[in-house]
Amino acid sequence: MPTKHPADRGELGRRGEALACARLTAAGLRIVARNWRCQTGEIDVVAEGPGLLVFCEVKTRRGDGYGTPAAAVDAAKQAQLRRLAGAYLRATPHRPCRVRFDVVAVVWPRRGQPRVEHLTGVL
Amino acid sequence: MLARLATAALVGLTAHPVEVEVDIGRGLPAVTVVGLGGTAVLEARDRLRAAFGNTGYEWPDRRITVSLPPADLPKQGSGFDLPIAIGMLAASGSVPPAALEGLWAIGELGLGGDVRPVRGVLPAALAARRSSARLLVVPQANLAEAALVPDLRVAGAGSLGQVVEWLVGRGDLDRPGRPPAPPVPPVEDLADIRGQRQARRALEIAAAGAHNLLLTGPPGAGKTMLARRLPGLLPPLERDEALEVTQVFSAAGLLGPGAGLIGVRPFRAPHHAISVPGLVGGGQLPRPGEVSLAHQGVLFLDELPEFSRAACEALRQPLEEGEVTVSRAMTSVRFPARFALVAAANPCPCGHLGDSRFVCRCSLHDLHRYASRLSGPLLDRIDLYVQSQRLTADELTGAADAEPTAPVRARALAARALQRSRQGAENGRLPSADVASRCQVLPAARRTLSAAVDRLGLSARGFHRALRVARTIADLAGSDRVEDEHVREALSLRHLPIIGDRETQLL
Repeated sequence: MPTKHPADRGELGRRGEALACARLTAAGLRIVARNWRCQTGEIDVVAEGPGLLVFCEVKTRRGDGYGTPAAAVDAAKQAQLRRLAGAYLRATPHRPCRVRFDVVAVVWPRRGQPRVEHLTGVL
Repeated sequence: MLARLATAALVGLTAHPVEVEVDIGRGLPAVTVVGLGGTAVLEARDRLRAAFGNTGYEWPDRRITVSLPPADLPKQGSGFDLPIAIGMLAASGSVPPAALEGLWAIGELGLGGDVRPVRGVLPAALAARRSSARLLVVPQANLAEAALVPDLRVAGAGSLGQVVEWLVGRGDLDRPGRPPAPPVPPVEDLADIRGQRQARRALEIAAAGAHNLLLTGPPGAGKTMLARRLPGLLPPLERDEALEVTQVFSAAGLLGPGAGLIGVRPFRAPHHAISVPGLVGGGQLPRPGEVSLAHQGVLFLDELPEFSRAACEALRQPLEEGEVTVSRAMTSVRFPARFALVAAANPCPCGHLGDSRFVCRCSLHDLHRYASRLSGPLLDRIDLYVQSQRLTADELTGAADAEPTAPVRARALAARALQRSRQGAENGRLPSADVASRCQVLPAARRTLSAAVDRLGLSARGFHRALRVARTIADLAGSDRVEDEHVREALSLRHLPIIGDRETQLL
């Protein structure tokens, strides 16, 4: 049956990230990079605003059964995001700017519309 | 949003006011507790999350910061659960913040949202009154205890749900009923004791003058039975004394659920293997030990020579000052410890020394070692040494015609009243310097005492103790003066049968 819902989990994550980018753009940011990779790992979304660089972790879940998506961004994940941001800043030419860490939490039930929550400045 | 209410942290017997501030703000879901919370306080996070879920309240999935000022006061225990939960509900907007004005709360949360009893509710209630709290919410099982504090509104909660319904104005908390009459346990009566004429008399004197007592005698002679009869001979607890006793038991967590005021003098009989912290109190944040649990009552040390030397030494401060100081890295606290000491000992390791029907098989070496285990400084604080005798067949099987507790107690109370009006304290608690001036000793009695000093080698300390006991005997007889017979009886109650040379050394 034709469904708006992503079938497998990889697909769910990609769709969630697309939703997150839309939300960030709506918030007045410009998407600079998606799934930026280095040896350390991957940053889901990098966006920029005036004098501001935003590193964004996107977490998508089917539901709250195993805790909310935002709660899944634990201490280890937060430390990883910091390390990745450092790697990005070293690897990429950019003007001096403020740095912010955001989390976009997407809950996308099998039946129903996705809910998107944008948490700013979480670190 | 920020919510604020108050609770109390127990340090020793005193509870200190602690604010509970809960802020729910932006950020990833996390709970941070700041303000020197111990393990049980930090674990509140997990209990609260489960309690919220099982009560049907939404857990605020945001950044929750709990602060417990003053930040430098160490906090332990699970009593912070309830105030933190209330603060979270207010900070997340589930209950109106105005309802928290002047509110104090204490209690542990079960995973199902039930409010469980905690220790130290009475001290917390006293702290709440000092801080003019509007209302103190306590666990249902602690309500009778909290209600003992006059001029303080208290209410009991059985579950988190009940508290929330009350906060939003839909339900009510439990209000304290009439204070339950303190249960009066059956007083163990002196009439149960056969024979033991001298030991009974010594109990009467100990009760009349607040003297400490050492009973020796063969196993099974009734030393424990005698000691158990002492609380029944002491005056009834005054209201403020009872409050002190209840506070100690509350801080120790030994007050049963629903229990209110403790109305009878405690009788504590710790086993001789007890550790020093168990005896005088201990722990990082100290809890009261046996000497404080026996406050205003009787501490019975059976098999005194078996107690460790360190334990005996630790008894010195409470015996001299009526309180005990426990110092630890984090804090130093004082506990009250004014008790009547009754110690019991076998005359020798096998128990048969001085018994006409059994042969003592202990070697002289054994005897010396046994006697040397009795701490000198501890014996110094004991005024009465009495031997309890093995009963004869006639005494054992004959009619029980011994004098019951009531008349003996009446005599002891009358003697205490005399002492209080004369010197403001019981004879047993009179400083040595005051003994001679307070005791009006008749010439004949003085001659007997002098003879005892010369012939028995009575030391200065022994002299004062004999005089103190003689004074109590005179008070029991209703006599202003200490007469010869009083002195003679006092001297007869200084018999330490353990080892001959030890005896003279002690005298």
